[in-house]
Amino acid sequence: MSYSITEPSSRQKKVAGSLVILYAFITLVPLFWVFMTGFKTPPDSISYPPKILFTPSLEGYVNLFTTRTRVSPETLQQLPPPANFAEEIVRNRNMVIAGPSKYGERFLNSVIIGFGSTFLSIFLGTLAAYGFSRFKVPFKDDLLFFILSTRMMPPIAVAIPIFLMYRKLGLSDTHVGMILLYTAVNISLAVWLLKGFMDEIPLEYEEAALIDGYTRFQAFYKVVLPQAATGIASTAIFCLIFAWNEYAFAVLLTSGTAQTAPPFIPTIIGVGGLDWPAMAAGATIFLLPVLIFTVMLRKHLLRGITFGAVRK
Amino acid sequence: MSLDPVEQAARATPVTVAKKIRGLSDRAIAWIFVGPTILLLLAINIFPLIWTINLSFTNYKANRPNRPVEYVGLRNYERILNDSDIWLNMQATAHFLVWTIVFQVLIGFTLAWLINRKFKGNDLWTTIIVLPMMLSPAVVGNFWTFFYQPQIGLFNYVVSFFTGADPSSFEMLGSVDLAPWAIVIVDTWMWTPFVMLICLAGLRSIPNYIYEAAAIDRASKWRQFWTITIPMVLPFLMLAVLFRGIENFKMFDLVVQLTGGGPGSTTELASINLKREAFEKWRTGYSSAFAIILFVTVFGLASIYVKALNKVKER
Amino acid sequence: MKLKRLASAALILGTGYAASPVMADDLTLCWAAWDPANALVELSKDFEAQSGHNMSFEFVPWPNFADRMLNELNSGGKLCDLLIGDSQWIGGGAEAGHYVKLNDFFDSEKISMDDFAPATVYAYSTWPKGTPNYYALPAMGDANGWFYRKDWFEREDLKAEYKASTGNELGEPKSQKELMEVAKFFQEREIDGKKVYGASIFTERGSEGITMGATSALYPWGFKYENTPGKYDMEGAVNSPEAVEALEFYKGLYDCCTPPGYTDSYMGESLDAFKSGQVAMAMNWFAFFPGLYADPDTGGDKIDFFVNPPQNQAGSTLGGQGISVISYSENQEASLEYIKWFAQPDVQAKWWSMGGYSAHNSVLNDPGFKDSQPFAGDFLVAMDAVQDFWQEPAYAELLLAMQKRLHDYVVADKGTAKEALDALIEDWTEVFEDEGKL
Repeated sequence: MSYSITEPSSRQKKVAGSLVILYAFITLVPLFWVFMTGFKTPPDSISYPPKILFTPSLEGYVNLFTTRTRVSPETLQQLPPPANFAEEIVRNRNMVIAGPSKYGERFLNSVIIGFGSTFLSIFLGTLAAYGFSRFKVPFKDDLLFFILSTRMMPPIAVAIPIFLMYRKLGLSDTHVGMILLYTAVNISLAVWLLKGFMDEIPLEYEEAALIDGYTRFQAFYKVVLPQAATGIASTAIFCLIFAWNEYAFAVLLTSGTAQTAPPFIPTIIGVGGLDWPAMAAGATIFLLPVLIFTVMLRKHLLRGITFGAVRK
Repeated sequence: MSLDPVEQAARATPVTVAKKIRGLSDRAIAWIFVGPTILLLLAINIFPLIWTINLSFTNYKANRPNRPVEYVGLRNYERILNDSDIWLNMQATAHFLVWTIVFQVLIGFTLAWLINRKFKGNDLWTTIIVLPMMLSPAVVGNFWTFFYQPQIGLFNYVVSFFTGADPSSFEMLGSVDLAPWAIVIVDTWMWTPFVMLICLAGLRSIPNYIYEAAAIDRASKWRQFWTITIPMVLPFLMLAVLFRGIENFKMFDLVVQLTGGGPGSTTELASINLKREAFEKWRTGYSSAFAIILFVTVFGLASIYVKALNKVKER
Repeated sequence: MKLKRLASAALILGTGYAASPVMADDLTLCWAAWDPANALVELSKDFEAQSGHNMSFEFVPWPNFADRMLNELNSGGKLCDLLIGDSQWIGGGAEAGHYVKLNDFFDSEKISMDDFAPATVYAYSTWPKGTPNYYALPAMGDANGWFYRKDWFEREDLKAEYKASTGNELGEPKSQKELMEVAKFFQEREIDGKKVYGASIFTERGSEGITMGATSALYPWGFKYENTPGKYDMEGAVNSPEAVEALEFYKGLYDCCTPPGYTDSYMGESLDAFKSGQVAMAMNWFAFFPGLYADPDTGGDKIDFFVNPPQNQAGSTLGGQGISVISYSENQEASLEYIKWFAQPDVQAKWWSMGGYSAHNSVLNDPGFKDSQPFAGDFLVAMDAVQDFWQEPAYAELLLAMQKRLHDYVVADKGTAKEALDALIEDWTEVFEDEGKL
């Protein structure tokens, strides 16, 4: 191995490595605590001092997906034996399952609105990015700055007129309304990121295609799009994560039909007392896809973050 | 690293290409590409903004459709600027903004510097550190309230383990002295990775030969750090600060879940109060004026900052 | 017409009761997420069976309930067909046209408001207050009360020690000041190897918590919103010496006798404090008492209940809600059908037996009512002396101002009680001026 003056010594590496790993562990503690709480029983979750060791239970998950009604012990005795483990858990608390909870629906709303708005932002964003990258657009600088500046508005400020507008148009608490809104918010990031990726694609390919008799549009989707695929994919992940995590608009503009999971999770509450295990279970299920996504796609994601930021 | 967009565009549209387009004119095609985005932004950003400006001069209340709407001139603005509570909101916001940035820059830069020692597995650990910023702030805030509970949460017990203080002797979210720091801690936990990533990009953009040259000149490591590393990373760091600054000025979801603005109004950031005025008291006109004031403030501060940033870049 | 044809078809087929619906609708009922709501789901199964309509429910936890539902109403949303809205919303619901006026319906269906407890009709149904204009049917009576660890109160060692230190018998407090004395006695005491605390009280900042808690002290001291009802003359009423003393008392109770970390607590937290064995006494709405009593771990013999103690006079903070039909609903007919069904005495009786607090006279005046539950008698006493917050259309502004002033003083230690109440009058004056009422 050749000696390099810029390469850190192995001792330095070790020290740096252990410090970073230590920080990573500290960072993981809250997440791990959420995960653990999901498997506690409600009494265990509020015991003091907090329990590190406990008998795992699926009560949190059962509570998350069901609504329950309290019944008298006499009624309970008359019931047929519990059909599954969930009923058994619920009956231990003198309750019966009354039906499914809204969590499934809210999760599904998150999926619909998340993917819908991501698709739309990427579709529009790719077109716009290509336009900005390849053509002389009048007032281009102003437009680009304007697109960016829309991100400086506090979401609550944007929500005031949107609320009034949606009320008039009947878009309050609808999937379409939320998809349009998230698209409008995401598109600024999408255009900026994608323009960066498009700028990097050499012009020669398109020129060759145009000379071969392709139209502008053909050249766009047969030559440019495949080249930009990686960029588009990582931009899409960003848009999806934003829409997935968004809270302020969702809490103000949806109440049921189109409500997503983030405003819903903090309101998962048990019958009498706060049901922390159910909330933790809801949070775990909601956060897990993002965690897995992040670890799996880390190369693109990390590049995207720095790239998007630095380019701006 | 970043080219001027105009320059790039100029290079990107050579005359020869433009001439090759058949059928549609260059400009028409450009509008087909850019148009839908502009339209959407006009409908969902610009039109509402103009509407907000208009509303800010009225006494309109969105929950009282039958009440006559009157134009009240600049009265809303006057009331806001003379309201001492709003200035307290601004102070709380400033405290939050300044300290989150200080901690995130210090920790974020240190982490980036350590990761740039290129130890084995640094990729994986970077990813793990990044995880918190990928999560939903509302869900994170909600869960930290549990974490911060003095009796049943973990935080106080961890602190007491290291300091020996009685875990139930302090309340992170409930005490006037600690609550402003409690929200800073959570935001720092969540967003330090962002600053770290950008610093890392900065560190990696410094070519090795500069250090090599410095070493040949027998500059000490310490001197290299201050004369090469810091100045080269500074533009990146300033960008990170700009983004965190804008984001935290708008901060709503995380803090509203953590404290709801309490105790009293200690952590009532501008956005939290704006939400109360607009969507709980339904003083639409008044809160529109508040929104415009906030927007102008961010915009103004950001513009000044960007000028400073450009100066640093030029050096 | 399709409707007619179906109706005649139904007649021909001989499914012969007149109330039978011709079309099945999907009705959504919105309420807060709590014990009684789950009981209502069970109860409504009878309605589904009888009417053929499908009921679905949207329950929102209390801290978000007002925020979410008022937002929904103000956006003209169609989420809810029926809403069991909080008593203070009635003014706004009536004036902004969110609620359907029920007078004609009551007349034609022979539903008489005289069949319901007068305090509940006044509070949950009428706007303007006290006039025979009804926008809701009383659905759930409620007031703020207290529950305590009966097993601790009955321990001989504790009783003796309490007697020795205070000279009084340890038992259900008969006045607010005695309540504090008992709370102080339990504060930081070791019981069964655990440090316990005096009482958990409402201190929540975001929605209505601390106001509902503090008014439970203010009303027994004789707090009034106005000197002359309807005149909005608050100076001298809101900041009267009694009001100041009561507020100081509430802060005293918060400072001396609550468990650590209960700085932003409302119903859920209060229940948690009790169920985890942290507190000897806890404040909460009667609505939770059936659930608490039935709790296998902390209910039964271990728990008992008492009415909010008087001081200068009896006084409890009013809770409870009426059920209204939303004017934006497309299923108003079926919604009215639900109300008609719900108003029947036998349904009301079943409602009480399942854990809902019926406001129907036939239930409340039943001789067996008092002894049907350990808290039933207390409930009647409490409902005799209830007071409610402003029910003005601007109630949210008034409430948020009070939340802020109270939390600033009680929890954040800012200023004095007098300053807090003076500032509150200023806030409220501004609101009423904006309203054109002052």
